[in-house]
Amino acid sequence: MTGISEPGASRDGYGDALLDLASDERVVVLEADLGKSTKSCHFRAKFPNRTFCLGIAEQNMALVGAGLAEAGKIPFASTFAIFSERAFEQFRNGVARTGLVVHLCGSHGGMHTGQDGSSAQSTEDLGIFRTLPGMTVMHPCDRNSARSLTRDLLTHKHPSYTRTARNKTREIYSEDEARNLKIGVASELRAGGDATIIACGVMVERAMDAAEELSSQGIEARVVDMHTLKPIDREAILRAAETGAIVTAEDHSVIGGLGSAVAEILSEECPTRMKMVGVMDKFGESGSPDEIMNKMGLTSDNIVQRVVELVQKPGRT
Amino acid sequence: MQGYAIGELNESASRCRRRIVEMVYKAQSGHPGGSLSCIDILVGLYRSAMRFDPDNPSWEDRDRFIMSKGHASPAVYSILRDVGVLDDSDLDGFRSLGSVCQGHVDRKMTAGVDFSAGSLGMGLSFGLGSALAARLDLSERHTWVLLGDGELQEGQIWEAAMAASHLEVSNLTAIIDRNRIQNDNFVDEQMRIGDIASKFRSFGWNIIEIDGHDMNDILIALSEAKASVEPTAIVAATVKGKGVSFMEDNPAFHGAAPNDEQFALAMEELS
Repeated sequence: MTGISEPGASRDGYGDALLDLASDERVVVLEADLGKSTKSCHFRAKFPNRTFCLGIAEQNMALVGAGLAEAGKIPFASTFAIFSERAFEQFRNGVARTGLVVHLCGSHGGMHTGQDGSSAQSTEDLGIFRTLPGMTVMHPCDRNSARSLTRDLLTHKHPSYTRTARNKTREIYSEDEARNLKIGVASELRAGGDATIIACGVMVERAMDAAEELSSQGIEARVVDMHTLKPIDREAILRAAETGAIVTAEDHSVIGGLGSAVAEILSEECPTRMKMVGVMDKFGESGSPDEIMNKMGLTSDNIVQRVVELVQKPGRT
Repeated sequence: MQGYAIGELNESASRCRRRIVEMVYKAQSGHPGGSLSCIDILVGLYRSAMRFDPDNPSWEDRDRFIMSKGHASPAVYSILRDVGVLDDSDLDGFRSLGSVCQGHVDRKMTAGVDFSAGSLGMGLSFGLGSALAARLDLSERHTWVLLGDGELQEGQIWEAAMAASHLEVSNLTAIIDRNRIQNDNFVDEQMRIGDIASKFRSFGWNIIEIDGHDMNDILIALSEAKASVEPTAIVAATVKGKGVSFMEDNPAFHGAAPNDEQFALAMEELS
């Protein structure tokens, strides 16, 4: 596997994957005037006949995808994460409900998108798409995992929403490691028995930094990359519960996102003390990715603090 | 399906009208007005214009029919019954639990239904996707989308209209059931849609205007639309509730079932 542009953000992994999948003639790509941003532009350049540029019209794009899927095509549509929300009801009624398989990618998700400001900083997308029956929802953490998981959608039998990030993140997986990832199976990135940090997307690298810091303080934290929010890896969550303390970390509202998804499992099956690091019911603002992430508390320091609170000040269990 | 005389098609439409009223009466819910207004067009499509095999309704290379105004489901079920895809017992279950005949057309539930509707404004986009797929497949199949006139108030319709023209699809036809009535009232009272033909023409579409209850008009229009190199919009002037005196032009029967007395009268008028 070789990438198109180096180095990478997870959106680059999406662009790489579309090219990987191009040999299958059923694959078609849909754009809404943001192909340069979501990285479907590389597919478009090589396969213009199988790329449909639909203008700034996400609702139309969703149903054009459904029509193509009904006729046996495998559509990959992309726009900004925030604008995918504009077509939410179209995905609900026109895609998920109809049993047609359309894959939607929302790039530039979360506070991490930075300077464009609050209008672009989608922090609801994972939560709302998670509510649709049969919908797969993913948020990979780096370029290689985004590439691998997107490639696996070729044979996936459910419609999907995948959020990618605008900005570069550290490589968490080598190309070989990423090949072993499976949709719906969480990935343990670091072993630890004192607590577990379950993270997704751009917060995974911060979770790894937090675990490093915690280790220096004598706390060994497991790190789990929950790249698939739905169907969520229940077993991985129950194993995490055995560590007695769980902190979730997401660049998304704590209402409806990863923290909620983990709590849904724990509260019913294995009540476990947990804390959520995420966007606390707020809109963002312009700023560099690091500045806005810091302001919103989406930091490794915050993760460390939450883990320490759970481990050193045990409450009722 | 070819070779039907106009008289036979009109007889088919009459049978379908009776079934529409029976289904809505039996379920005591549903949308008779907009079903009766478009049924002649559906008969023209299924019995003449469309590439469709009733013995194999999921034939991959069939023409696609998209009922975008999904509440007119009784019209779809009645024509599918008339050509033999559904049977009477299917229609008897209309709107009841477990029935293949859902309140709004649903492709997962009903053989011969290509699109799941119920939320207005989405069908033309789906049809565009169908048309693009046919083009990629180098197939002759055509996609037909039936739209309500009130439905044109949805912005997504115009996203699709713009895209169909821009992408130069020749294998897509929209048929607008111009019955002038929507859920709450007359379209002109709720939100004037104005000159539909001019609007579609300005978006680059080929326009055909017809009497939507004249079978000869319908067949000629469908044939011309299929031959057009541009996407075609057939603006069909229709009467809401056509064929049942007290339903005609009456907003009350957009989504209401007849009572016993009204049902008896309707069946007498449709006999």
